[in-house]
Amino acid sequence: MFGFGILSGLLVLPLAGAAFVLLQKDDEAGRRNMRWGAFWTTIVTFLLSLVALSRFDAAKAGFQLVERKAWLGTEITYQLGVDGIAMPFVILTTFLMPFCIAASFNAISKREKEYYALFLLLETLMIGVFVALDLVLFYAFFEAGLIPMFLIIGIWGGARRIYASFKFFLYTLLGSVLMLIAIMAMYWTAGTADIVKLLAFRFPSNMQYWLWLAFFASFAVKMPMWPVHTWLPDAHVEAPTAGSVILAGILLKMGGYGFLRFSIPMFPEASLYFANFVFALSVIAIIYTSLVAMMQEDIKKLIAYSSVAHMGFVTMGLFTLNAQGIQGAVFQMVSHGLVSGALFLCVGVVYDRMHTREIAAYGGLVNRMPLYALAFLLFTMANVGLPGTSGFVGEFLTLLASFKANSWVAFLATTGVILSAAYALWLFARVVYGPTEKHALETIPDLSGREIAILAPLAVLVIYYGVQPNAILSMSQASVDALIAGLQSGLPAKAAALVK
Amino acid sequence: MNVPVSPVPDFGPALPEILLAVTALALVLIGAFRGDGAKKLIDGIAITALLVAGLLLIDQSPGRVSTFNEAFVVDSFARVMKLLTLIGAIAAIVMSTRFLREAKIARFEYTILILLSTIGMMMMCSANELISLYLGVELQSLALYVIATMNRDDEKSAEAGLKYFVLGALSSGMLLYGMSLVYGFTGSVTFPAIAKVVSAPGGAGVMFGLVFIVAGLAFKMSVVPFHMWTPDVYEGAPTPVAAFVATAPKMAAVAMTVRILVDGFLPVLKDWQPIIIFVAIASMGLGAFAGIGQRNIKRLMAYSSIGNMGYALVGLAAGSIAGVEGIVIFMAIYLAMTIGVFAVILAMQIDGRRVEQITDLAGAARTNPGLAFAMAALLFSLIGIPPLAGFFAKFYVFAAAIEAKLFVLAVIGIVTSVVSAYYYLRIIKVMYFDEPAPAFQPMAIELKSLMWLSAGFVILFAIVAGPLKNVAQLAAKSLF
Repeated sequence: MFGFGILSGLLVLPLAGAAFVLLQKDDEAGRRNMRWGAFWTTIVTFLLSLVALSRFDAAKAGFQLVERKAWLGTEITYQLGVDGIAMPFVILTTFLMPFCIAASFNAISKREKEYYALFLLLETLMIGVFVALDLVLFYAFFEAGLIPMFLIIGIWGGARRIYASFKFFLYTLLGSVLMLIAIMAMYWTAGTADIVKLLAFRFPSNMQYWLWLAFFASFAVKMPMWPVHTWLPDAHVEAPTAGSVILAGILLKMGGYGFLRFSIPMFPEASLYFANFVFALSVIAIIYTSLVAMMQEDIKKLIAYSSVAHMGFVTMGLFTLNAQGIQGAVFQMVSHGLVSGALFLCVGVVYDRMHTREIAAYGGLVNRMPLYALAFLLFTMANVGLPGTSGFVGEFLTLLASFKANSWVAFLATTGVILSAAYALWLFARVVYGPTEKHALETIPDLSGREIAILAPLAVLVIYYGVQPNAILSMSQASVDALIAGLQSGLPAKAAALVK
Repeated sequence: MNVPVSPVPDFGPALPEILLAVTALALVLIGAFRGDGAKKLIDGIAITALLVAGLLLIDQSPGRVSTFNEAFVVDSFARVMKLLTLIGAIAAIVMSTRFLREAKIARFEYTILILLSTIGMMMMCSANELISLYLGVELQSLALYVIATMNRDDEKSAEAGLKYFVLGALSSGMLLYGMSLVYGFTGSVTFPAIAKVVSAPGGAGVMFGLVFIVAGLAFKMSVVPFHMWTPDVYEGAPTPVAAFVATAPKMAAVAMTVRILVDGFLPVLKDWQPIIIFVAIASMGLGAFAGIGQRNIKRLMAYSSIGNMGYALVGLAAGSIAGVEGIVIFMAIYLAMTIGVFAVILAMQIDGRRVEQITDLAGAARTNPGLAFAMAALLFSLIGIPPLAGFFAKFYVFAAAIEAKLFVLAVIGIVTSVVSAYYYLRIIKVMYFDEPAPAFQPMAIELKSLMWLSAGFVILFAIVAGPLKNVAQLAAKSLF
C-alpha cells in the first residue's frame, strides 16, 4: 500500500493503536476498550512481525525487506530493512509487548489512556531502532524513546519516580548527543547517512577512534556498562512493572545492538584497539555489580544490578570480535530479554498483592503460592545460567569466545557466574522459602489465570531456547559471518590475524 | 563604482514594505478620528495588510533583485526571513487583542507600532548597505521601545521599556560607530564593495569597526554579553509584547547579521569567526545555566531565547552554505515553538487573574489535557528530542559546524542543550507528575489555534522536513 512494506506496517500499527486508545472516552467501558485495544494491537503487531520473519531468509547475509523513501534530501532517507542481527530483536520487542500490556491491566489504575498510548508509541520507536537503515532515522527512533519512558517512569513510578525519571532522561540524553556529533561527522566524511553504504565505507583510522568513543558514550550508557550504570537501578526500581520489563527486555538491548550494528563493523580498527578497555569494564561490571546485587534489600534493585552484570557478558562477547562471542552476545541479549522480563513480571505479581518490594517483607511464599514459587524458580535458574535454560547458552558461548581472546578475562568473568548463583539463589531462598512468618502473607493468593497465561509462554520459551539454541543462532548466523568477514577485510593484515 | 543612477527607482521589490507603510499611516488617521474604539477594525486591517504583504513576497519573482542604488536587495534569503517576520507580527497582533482589552490598555497605537516595527525588520532583512540597515534597525527599535511600555501604569512595564531604550540606544551608538569606522576604512557602505576592500590584506581598522558592529548586532539578537535587558523586558513587558520581542525582531536581527557578515565580510571569515564562536558558546552556556533557577515562565523563556540565539549563531560561525541553511531552518522552527509557548503562557489565567509562575501549571495534564499535551510537545522540541522539529533545528546548525570542523563548538553546544533540558523537563514534570493546581479558565479560541498550529507544526515537521529544507537551501545559496 502506497509503496510501503511490511516493516513500515510494524511501525504504523502501534501508532494506530495509540490513536484508538486516545479516542476512547474515560469511563468504565472506554477504559476496557483502551486495555483490550492496546492488547490486541500488540498481538497483531506480533503476528505481523511473524509474517516478516516468514518472509525473511536467514541464509542470506544482507538486509532484507528493504524499503526506501526520500526524506531529507537524497542522502538522508527513510530506509528500513532487517538482517539476521536485527530480526531477533524485532521479534523480541513485538513478543514482549503483549505481556507488558497484559501485566498492566490491574497494576495501572490511574490515567490509563495516557499509559497505553505511551506504551504503544514506545513500541513503534523501539521497533524503529532495530529496522532503521539510515543513521539519522536510527538516531531519531533511538532518542525519541526517551519521551515515553520519561513519562512512564515519572507518572506511574514509585516513590522516587521524579528523581529516577530525570536521571534516566539526562543520563541517556548526554550519552546520545555525543553520538549525534559523531553521526554528523560520519555524514560529512562519507557523504551519506545510509547504513548499508556506511558499512562498506572505510573511515580513516585516526577518525575511527573518535567516532568509536562517541558511539561508545551513547551505547555504554544505554547498555549500561560500569561505571555509567547508576541510572538503571533507580529507573528500574521506580518504573511500573511493565516499564521495567521494557527497560530490561528491550531498551538495554539497544546498546548491544548499536555496538553490533555500528561500532564493530564501521570502526573495526578502533574496536580492536579498545577491546581490552571494554573487557576491563565488562569484567568489573560482572564482578562488582554481582557483589552489589548480593547486598540489595529491594527485589527490583537486585534484578537491576544482575542485569548490569549480564550485560557485562554481552559486551565481553561482542568485543572478542569472533563469531562465537558475537553469536553468544546476541543470544545472551535475547535470553536476558526473556528472563529479566519474566523476573520483573514475577516481582510485579507479589508487588501487586503486597505493595512492597522489600525482600525482608517476604518469606515462605512457597507455602501459599506453590505455582508462583515454581515459576520464580525457573526464571531464577535461567538467570543464573543453569544448563537447559536459555541463560546458559549465551554465557557459555561468550565465555568460550573470551577464553580464546584473553584467558584472564574469561577466568575473572567465570567467577561472575558463581556470584550470580549466589545472589539469585539467596534472593529466592529469602523470598520463597522458609516459614511464612509475616502475618500479611498468610492470605496471599497464588497466581491467577491471567498471570499464569502471562508467565507460561515465557517459561516455555526459556526452556525451548535452552535446549534448542539453534532457533536463534541460525537466524543470525549468516549475518554474523558476514560481519566477521567484513571485519577482517577492514583491518590491517596483522591485526586481522588476531580476529578469527 | 559605476552604478547607473536612474532618475526614478524601481519600487517593485519594495512593494510589500510600501504597502505596510501606507497601511500604517492610514491606520494612524483612522485611529486619530475614531479613537481606541476602532482597535478591532485596525487590527483587522493590519492583519490583512500583513497577509497581503506575505502574498506579495511569495509572488515576487525568484532570484536576486535590487533597487534604490543597491541599497535594498531582495533575494530568497530576504524573502524567507521576511515571511518569518510577518508570521511573528501577525501572531503578536492576534495574541494581543484580548490581552490588552482585559488589561485595559487596548490602545490602537499598539497595532500600528507593530506594523511600523515590522517594516523596520523587513528593511533589516533586505538592507544591502549600512545606511539602509541602520534606518531599519532604528525604525524597528523605536517602535519596540514604545510598546514595551504599553502598560505605563505598571512599574515593571515602565522599567522594561526604559531599560530596553537605554541599552538599545547604547547599542545603536556602537553600531553607528562601527559603521563609521568601516566606511572610513573602506570608503564604501554597500556590502559587496566592502567585501572587495576587506579581501585585500591589511586593514586592522576595518576589523575594529567590525567588532563594534557585531557588538551592536549582538544586542539586537540578545546574545551574551549584550543580553542583560532580555529577562527584564520579557518579564516586565505585556506578554504579547514579550512574544513579539521574542520572535519577529530576532528573525530580522539574525537575518541582518548573517547578511553583513556573509555578504560584507566573508573574505575575513577567519577574523570574525572567533568572535561568533565566543558569543555562541557564552549564550548557549548562559541560556542553559541561568535558566535553571527561574521560577517565572516568561523569564525562563528569556533565558531559553538567549540560548537559542546561541544555537543559531553556531550555524553562522560555520560561515558556509550549510550554516546559513541551518540558520534559516532553525529560525523558522524557533519562531513556531516560541509562538506556541507564548500562546500557552497567555492562556495561564485563573478566574481572570493572570499567572506566570511555573508552578501554576501544576497538574495541567489533568486539568487542561490539551494545553499540557501541546506544551509538552513544544518543550520536548525545545530540548531537541527527535522526531520533533527542534531536533532538526539543532541538527542542521550543528551539522554545519561539524562540516566546518568546529568540533569544540559543537560538543560544547550539544552539552549545553542537555543542561537546558533540565529546566524544560521541569516544566513537563510540573504539568504531568505534580498534583493539580487550580485549573485555567477555558482557552480563548485564537490562542488555542495558535497553540495547536505551532504544536502541530512541531510534531509533524519530520514529515514535511524535505520540502522545507529545500526552501532553506535555496535561501542560503542566494547569499553565496
